[in-house]
Amino acid sequence: MRTLHSICLAALFAAAISGRLSAQGAELDTYVQSLRRVQPEGVGHREASYAWGQLVEQADAESLPTILAGMDGAGPLAENWLRAAVDAVAEKQVQQTGKLPVDRLEKFLAHRNHNPKARRLAYEWIARVDKGAPERLIPGMLNDPSLELRREAVTRLVTAAESSAKANEKEQAKATYREALVAARDLDQVKAITEALAALDAPVDLQHHYGFVVDWQLIGPFDNRAGKGFHAIYPPEEQIDLAASYEGSAGTVSWKQHHTDHEYGEVDLNKALGKHMGVAGYALAVFESDHERPVELRIGSENANKVWLNGAKLSEAEAYHANSAIDQYVGRGTLKKGKNVILVKICQDEQTVDWAQNWVFQLRVCDSSGKAILAKDREPANPRPKKVEATAAADAS
Amino acid sequence: MIHRMMAFATLLIVCGVAVSSLQAEDWPQFRGAQSNSVARGKQPPSEWSDADGKNIAWKVKLPGKGPSSPIVVGGKVIVTASSGVNQDRLHVLCFDVADGRQLWERQFWATGRTLSHPSSANAAPTPASDGQLIFAFYSSNDLACLDLNGNLKWFRGLAHDYPAAGNDVGMSSSPVVVGDVLVAQVECQGDSFGTGIDKITGEPRWKVARPREASWASPVEMSGNAEIVLLQSPKRLSAHRTSDGQQVWDYEVACDAISSPTSVGNTVYVASKGLTALKPGDKPEPETLWNAQNLQPGAASTIVDGERLYIVNRAGVLNCATTADGKPIWRVRLEGEFWGTPIIVGDKMYAFNKAGKGLVVAIATDGSKGELAGGGQLDGEIQSSPAVADGAIYIRSDAHLWKIAAE
Repeated sequence: MRTLHSICLAALFAAAISGRLSAQGAELDTYVQSLRRVQPEGVGHREASYAWGQLVEQADAESLPTILAGMDGAGPLAENWLRAAVDAVAEKQVQQTGKLPVDRLEKFLAHRNHNPKARRLAYEWIARVDKGAPERLIPGMLNDPSLELRREAVTRLVTAAESSAKANEKEQAKATYREALVAARDLDQVKAITEALAALDAPVDLQHHYGFVVDWQLIGPFDNRAGKGFHAIYPPEEQIDLAASYEGSAGTVSWKQHHTDHEYGEVDLNKALGKHMGVAGYALAVFESDHERPVELRIGSENANKVWLNGAKLSEAEAYHANSAIDQYVGRGTLKKGKNVILVKICQDEQTVDWAQNWVFQLRVCDSSGKAILAKDREPANPRPKKVEATAAADAS
Repeated sequence: MIHRMMAFATLLIVCGVAVSSLQAEDWPQFRGAQSNSVARGKQPPSEWSDADGKNIAWKVKLPGKGPSSPIVVGGKVIVTASSGVNQDRLHVLCFDVADGRQLWERQFWATGRTLSHPSSANAAPTPASDGQLIFAFYSSNDLACLDLNGNLKWFRGLAHDYPAAGNDVGMSSSPVVVGDVLVAQVECQGDSFGTGIDKITGEPRWKVARPREASWASPVEMSGNAEIVLLQSPKRLSAHRTSDGQQVWDYEVACDAISSPTSVGNTVYVASKGLTALKPGDKPEPETLWNAQNLQPGAASTIVDGERLYIVNRAGVLNCATTADGKPIWRVRLEGEFWGTPIIVGDKMYAFNKAGKGLVVAIATDGSKGELAGGGQLDGEIQSSPAVADGAIYIRSDAHLWKIAAE
């Protein structure tokens, strides 16, 4: 054991000398680049682990923008290595002096082309040492690429709208809520704002706001006993022919039109195609775009599902009845100019328990921030959505 | 140059780890050092009160949720939390055991799926430590390795590596350090696997396929044998070599998906057909020593202390039985719903129900009976298991971390 200690001490001494010598010429950027090179399965860890230690030891607070900028274009793994370095350097500085170079960090924050996560991190450290920062910075972030910064700006508007509503300034309250709604991306904020607007007799068409697809062609059921249908390729995956009929698991099936009035665009296949277990169904929508653009197709379903855009598979999830949420699975693709075909496969398993009976999905079309992309031929927003109308009628009676 | 310096650094880390070990008072992982929820040493108090501060040494606010349990290593309490509207902000926090002062915090962004049941959170798995390194794991299958001063050693996104790994109900399997390998268990309807990860570098040593079915059980080191780790799934319990993941035996019978196995001596206690005691040997299947269908563990795992074992069933009834044959000795009705696993220190058991009420059960020296003998109310829902070190209990809710110790 004494020998082992001696080896360790020798290694410590050698590393200290070596580190001091190398520090004179080492560029922080070299270490940042090492962190950016980390890959899945631990590839690049040995270099990155060493670089992280050197970076944190050598960097001072003035170096924070350099490390933050290292996140531009970095992958999710590298972002985390770099984030930990920013936090360690900033934490040490704040513990020792209570200060950070706020001006430099604000300059970094002001450049919206930087990584949104890095900008949010810069903001959090600014706010940690400068209590006036939220009041100064957040109001200008209503449409910020960082959804976390945007969220705080929306919160401020909601607070202002609430004050207007309490003061009985209804029109001002409505205008402020609407401004907040346009910027809001988080479901909880959208829900709170739309409820407030409904209370001010200004209901919101949530289908329209989110960009839920509400008009579908449906076909099914096909066999999914023992889960085999998820992997099986049924005719709708091979060729789209809305006039065709096929042999399904419960007889001949053909496409049928379906419109959903659900405010969050849910399509209940148990109602539309009949109650079945161990089956697969397809939903198809034609989406007309006025130009080519990147797009996200976001699906929520507690059933196993696959989503294609113009024949290219964007997402798949083979999980049954393990929770569901709006935007649960995100597929990224490109809308072409003109007509685009969205195809969805929804599989139901054979569980008999009560909580495993739903066969349902909801899908919306949006940009990377979550803002709805509406089809060129989409009807305008309904100023009085059905559910709100029903609620209002009930209230009136 | 950077590679030569890196080699020195690696040597340093290896030497450092080789000459260090956990302290006797540490509580370094889910259910303690032996994964049996039993501690020796100083007795924590039998009564406490959050309202008037009685025997509350300190209480600190946490920045996020988490059913994960605190761990105690080298005079520091480590706890994980997750925050954000999408639960995608991951926190690792370190507090001084003496006064609850926050020593450091590191945050990460989730790279895997973050959706979970509203009652759970991304920070569900309990971190693990070997005495020098901390391994913080999350439901999103993100895994960070830090030293006790918050220095990052490596970061992995297991769901980033294997994108179909994830469970939108939430995952909670806690990793375990076995020798020089960190073992993590990822079992869901998508990519399911057990993996052995080099604790120093974060590089994978091995990966074995597991059933594609949700499991929340945690891997456990085979008692006294750092060469074997146990992996429990809904349809089997298997033992694997920690060096290469090779399966050494398999018990192919329905097992519980939530509670974890307990290994003491050369016996494994698993929630299967009630509770079953297994004795592994040289054969591909372990010998079944006994089976007790009347012992039905709920979410809490089996506690084994000497010649007695304890389970809390779904009705909140604490059952004491013999380890020799599973014969019941006594029962005590606790109060409420239990997600965390109670702990035993000396002749007392400490259990916390979901409503934040702590219950102390005094166990007769001869083991013949147990009776409620104190406890106290904490303000908040508690799904975590308590940690204990040096006569103090550490427990967390979604909002706070407490140290309960005699004044």
